[in-house]
Amino acid sequence: MALNQASQLYSGSDRLGPWCSPTGSPAPLSCETGCGEGSWILVCRLLVPTQVSLLSMEEDIDTRKINNSFLRDHSYATEADIISTVEFNHTGELLATGDKGGRVVIFQREQESKNQVHRRGEYNVYSTFQSHEPEFDYLKSLEIEEKINKIRWLPQQNAAYFLLSTNDKTVKLWKVSERDKRPEGYNLKDEEGRLRDPATITTLRVPVLRPMDLMVEATPRRVFANAHTYHINSISVNSDYETYMSADDLRINLWNFEITNQSFNIVDIKPANMEELTEVITAAEFHPHHCNTFVYSSSKGTIRLCDMRASALCDRHTKFFEEPEDPSNRSFFSEIISSISDVKFSHSGRYIMTRDYLTVKVWDLNMENRPIETYQVHDYLRSKLCSLYENDCIFDKFECVWNGSDSVIMTGSYNNFFRMFDRNTKRDVTLEASRENSKPRAILKPRKVCVGGKRRKDEISVDSLDFSKKILHTAWHPSENIIAVAATNNLYIFQDKVN
Amino acid sequence: MMLSKGLKRKREEEEEEEPEKEALAVDTWWLDPRLPAVAQAPPAVPSNSLLDLSVLKLHHSLRQSEPDLRHLVLLVNTLRRIQASMEPEATLPSVPSPPEAPGVAADSLLASSDAALSASMASLLEDLSHIEGLSQAPQPLVDEGPPGRPSGGAPPGLGALDLLGPATGCLLDDELEGLFEDIDTSMYDSELWAPASEGLKPGPEDGPGKEEGLELDEAQLDYLLDVLVGTQALERPPGPGR
Repeated sequence: MALNQASQLYSGSDRLGPWCSPTGSPAPLSCETGCGEGSWILVCRLLVPTQVSLLSMEEDIDTRKINNSFLRDHSYATEADIISTVEFNHTGELLATGDKGGRVVIFQREQESKNQVHRRGEYNVYSTFQSHEPEFDYLKSLEIEEKINKIRWLPQQNAAYFLLSTNDKTVKLWKVSERDKRPEGYNLKDEEGRLRDPATITTLRVPVLRPMDLMVEATPRRVFANAHTYHINSISVNSDYETYMSADDLRINLWNFEITNQSFNIVDIKPANMEELTEVITAAEFHPHHCNTFVYSSSKGTIRLCDMRASALCDRHTKFFEEPEDPSNRSFFSEIISSISDVKFSHSGRYIMTRDYLTVKVWDLNMENRPIETYQVHDYLRSKLCSLYENDCIFDKFECVWNGSDSVIMTGSYNNFFRMFDRNTKRDVTLEASRENSKPRAILKPRKVCVGGKRRKDEISVDSLDFSKKILHTAWHPSENIIAVAATNNLYIFQDKVN
Repeated sequence: MMLSKGLKRKREEEEEEEPEKEALAVDTWWLDPRLPAVAQAPPAVPSNSLLDLSVLKLHHSLRQSEPDLRHLVLLVNTLRRIQASMEPEATLPSVPSPPEAPGVAADSLLASSDAALSASMASLLEDLSHIEGLSQAPQPLVDEGPPGRPSGGAPPGLGALDLLGPATGCLLDDELEGLFEDIDTSMYDSELWAPASEGLKPGPEDGPGKEEGLELDEAQLDYLLDVLVGTQALERPPGPGR
């Protein structure tokens, strides 16, 4: 496979060594990536454009410049700006974020130029649109939040880009397309657009397309509504590119992209009597290659793999993944911390990764009784569970991501920390996404949490962690070592160090 | 936001009455003895406080106009674990016997905090399921449950509200009824938990109806506020030297 072949170019070199090929142009693929110390740098920190435009109104600064430079702290951040989902598209050229205010902001990668190799990996605002508005359900007297829970890209099939975005109840398909030409020379309209009196027209001309300033427009192409009673937590595009699924707390529905007034219910775990409800669906995803296979995770720490060929309603799973509880770790909070907050197939389709409150686990699809790898994200919190229960942090839902070659996994933590685990070397690193500690192009310093005893100079003690600063959403470029980390209303983009 | 140091001891007069049970409950329930942090752990916390906290959280969650189902389910499951562990030596009565006589069932259910909580959660979840039937339009193309799954059983609204009545068909685990008979749950005895004949309305009813039944009288409100204030008072920044 290409990834393995490419790695031989660097044989003999340290895994942390240069990622560029000898000519200095960037490596096309990130293979066998290490995540050791000193190899990540901040590319840019991005704010959602409303804040940017607020600044530019007051300070008259070019928007693009703002996004590329390093900003001081501004107190304009509102709750609506909190980023709630981050997702690269399939080529990594585009990066989409959704926020609590129902807005989607798409960033596009800066085009590489020979003169400015160091600018690779920078992303600029490409398009902004309001995906979901707050709604009111009159029947239930409930407000439906406009917060974007998930964004998923469709693979690109023509010049336009398509993505799915969802709030608690409604999924929308958006088309994002560029317009850089406009027709000029209409017969019935003059240059300002006013209608001309046909009687005054003596000659006819053919309108021609003339170049114009690039305009990116987003249009809603489909709205998939009224199919979920409970809150949608996941959407996943099928590998057939014709269908996708949406999952809420108790049900999973299968949609065809072309049909918005019908969906197939493929999983329903709602008990006949709601009093018997003890478990909910927390995440779901399609297999990357097998369009009949999907997994869903539960609040009890289990994963079920289902095959849609087996029956129309996949209530009976094909495989059931659960790790037996460790009796020495048993506490009142065992179930809460075992609740899976995210499940992701590896790119290869051979493994699934799950995130629960304290760990990330990698499972082999062929082994149901226990994970093949378990990584402790922040085990020092195990003795603090009662306090975390008290302040509700124990219910936080962290996501997890694979890198392009499935060799490194990443997830967030508190205090704006995020963690990477190299599955091959078993090394891990803790990094921080914060304004205070990051200058552009500076190398990120690994962080360490001190769990007891003497605290070293650069360590931070558990009791000093800021639990309001949580990294719940991260994304990894599909083929390169570029990562996007969402910290409240800030989006950080880091890349591996380039010589 | 800093971690609180631990929960204050509450209801000390009660703990004096049941010292053995308290010791049992406190020992290992949340501290992993292998971790070094245990050495400096806060003084042993009575699990009554954890129960209080959980009840408070559940109450708060139930009061949301549209509760987060995952949060609710995890809370209820945790609460059940806590309550189950507060009576570790109780032998569970065997289930197979038919439901008890109506009066007995109602009384023991009323005295049981778990029953009350289950009632609240059950009613709410039933409301959710009932309202779902009203609000879905257009109907998704759905297999209405796999064949063989009982479709609906008792009418939803009625089923929930019959909770406190006779022969409800095991809406609650029968074994839980006996667990709490000797626990002083007077703090939970308010019109919050009134039987079907008084506070709860028959038939399908959504949010507003339920809310009226859940109002607390002044004494209960004061108590809840105390717990709330007591809990909040603990969230102070760590002192020097930590």
